Amino acid sequence: MIEARGLTKRFGDTLAVDHLSFAVEPGRITGFLGPNGAGKTTTMRLILGLDHPTGGSVTVNGQRLRQLAWPMREVGALLDAKAVHGGRSAYNHLLCLAQTNSLPKRRVDEVLELVGLTAVVRKRTKGFSLGMGQRLGIAAALLGDPSILMFDEPVNGLDPEGILWIRNLMKALAAEGRTVFVSSHLMSEMENTAEHLIVIGRGRLIADCSTAEFIAANSQQSVRVSTPQRAELAAAATRAGATVRDDDGKLVVLGMSTAQVGDLAFENGIRLHELAPAQASLEEAFMELTASSVEFHAGLPLPDRKAEVA
Amino acid sequence: MTVTTTHEALVGGTVAHHPPGRAGFFGSVRSELTKIRSVRSTYWTLLALIGTCVGLGALFSWGQTERVLRIKAHAGDFQGIGQARTNALLASIHAQAASVSLFGLLIGQLVIIVLGALTITSEYSTGMIRTSLASMPRRGTFFAAKGVVFGAVALVVGEVTSFLAFFAGQAILSSQHVSTTLSAPDVLRTVVGGGLFLAVCGLLSFGLGAILRHTASVIATGVGLMFVVWILSNFLPSPPSGWFGQADIDKWIPFNAGSSIWQNQMNGVNPFSPWVGFGVFCAYAAAAIIAGLLLFQRRDA
Repeated sequence: MIEARGLTKRFGDTLAVDHLSFAVEPGRITGFLGPNGAGKTTTMRLILGLDHPTGGSVTVNGQRLRQLAWPMREVGALLDAKAVHGGRSAYNHLLCLAQTNSLPKRRVDEVLELVGLTAVVRKRTKGFSLGMGQRLGIAAALLGDPSILMFDEPVNGLDPEGILWIRNLMKALAAEGRTVFVSSHLMSEMENTAEHLIVIGRGRLIADCSTAEFIAANSQQSVRVSTPQRAELAAAATRAGATVRDDDGKLVVLGMSTAQVGDLAFENGIRLHELAPAQASLEEAFMELTASSVEFHAGLPLPDRKAEVA
Repeated sequence: MTVTTTHEALVGGTVAHHPPGRAGFFGSVRSELTKIRSVRSTYWTLLALIGTCVGLGALFSWGQTERVLRIKAHAGDFQGIGQARTNALLASIHAQAASVSLFGLLIGQLVIIVLGALTITSEYSTGMIRTSLASMPRRGTFFAAKGVVFGAVALVVGEVTSFLAFFAGQAILSSQHVSTTLSAPDVLRTVVGGGLFLAVCGLLSFGLGAILRHTASVIATGVGLMFVVWILSNFLPSPPSGWFGQADIDKWIPFNAGSSIWQNQMNGVNPFSPWVGFGVFCAYAAAAIIAGLLLFQRRDA
């Protein structure tokens, strides 16, 4: 259980985290979602006590991290897979961490086996690939067998096999009743893994709800229709109060259910070749919600983005 | 790569949940020992330290034996120096035998400054500090364990270096019968003092490391403080006696204060007695360490 209350962090003129209050519950994967620069990493650094909050507080299992008797046995975190001394072997890296919390040496071997690094335990970590580094970071997080796990952008730069592995690992950890808090700016990733979402933009809380609720509440209902009588259907739907747009030769009707569109077509004698609900993705919901809170707008040379940037 | 993600493998393992007590100083000491012994830079730096100190000490001792040969060769010359003068010169060389063999410490201090700096700055340059503090968030404990482990390693290696340099130097000096032994007055203090000096140099640099956090700036500052200031001080004007002048400033220069424990009044400076001078040097190091600790606790990692 992670609890933030009015958590605030200011860097000079920038308010990186702005009065955030949320709770991350055990037994499920909680996604921490926000565009780049939204304050996700800063929030995680505040939870770990790496940064001192400007205001508010954050506790893990009811205590600040520095008050925990055995910090590694309660919280494990992967913030940055590169946060290791490259000249040290994987084994020694984990050993020096284990020793701070009086964890037995054989636990180091256990987690190395768990993440599949047994073949390279004596190798210096500077030769590790991104995926191996990520696995080492996860091994470090799992060392103390903690009840709370935090992963900051864990799938960044991983190959599909690695992504699947991490996804399954997180699910297994949550299924064991642990608190799993994972940040990402990839909505598709969260859609696949997280049951609950905490969404932030510009340091502020935008949403704290289940993933399903988030999609339902933040996306318009839409129906995809394929018909040889496009103009007629578009006119009928518009008369009925829906919005119609053209999508690659098909019509997308916003604001009507599939049943309503089907009935409308029947009543107007319009033939349909295809009628399907278009499920709004988390991506779309997210874009809609955070459109105003993206800190850095890229100056993409797309005609529809130009207006927005200007 | 076989990857296990079954429940059995994840749960429990060999971690006994919440044993009595809490993560504290001794666990951190074990961790820091693992850290310092598991990177190659430690061994390279320590080898460089021993090599520099023993090598330069031997070279300087050899230079002294050449001087002795010249003095002896000219002792009976018509244009040479008188016998009384010869004996006085030889006696002064003999009196400085211990300090001469430790001459390499002048450069060796720079090597231990590098190691002291790296102990703390490598945590920042590699990002390891974030991993370290997430596993041991009590920063005072972490800092103390790091300082104690580095200090102990620096002291042991410093003493080994100092004694090796001493014995190597004396072996060379003995060829002209101007060597000394540990049982002679002040010699044991000089040689032990050499090791203490190296250790405190390293700790001073450790403190600077916590303040500055960047390897290059710590080394530049450490070398500037120990070496450049010392060189510059030799060019200060000497005002008429009775004025506040060079000697009054000289003795406070970190190198002069610290080296008074292993230098035998070589250049007519060092008005501090050996232990007082060394005490002043320790105070400089303590100031750097305390400032470093306060900043370390306050700043974001």
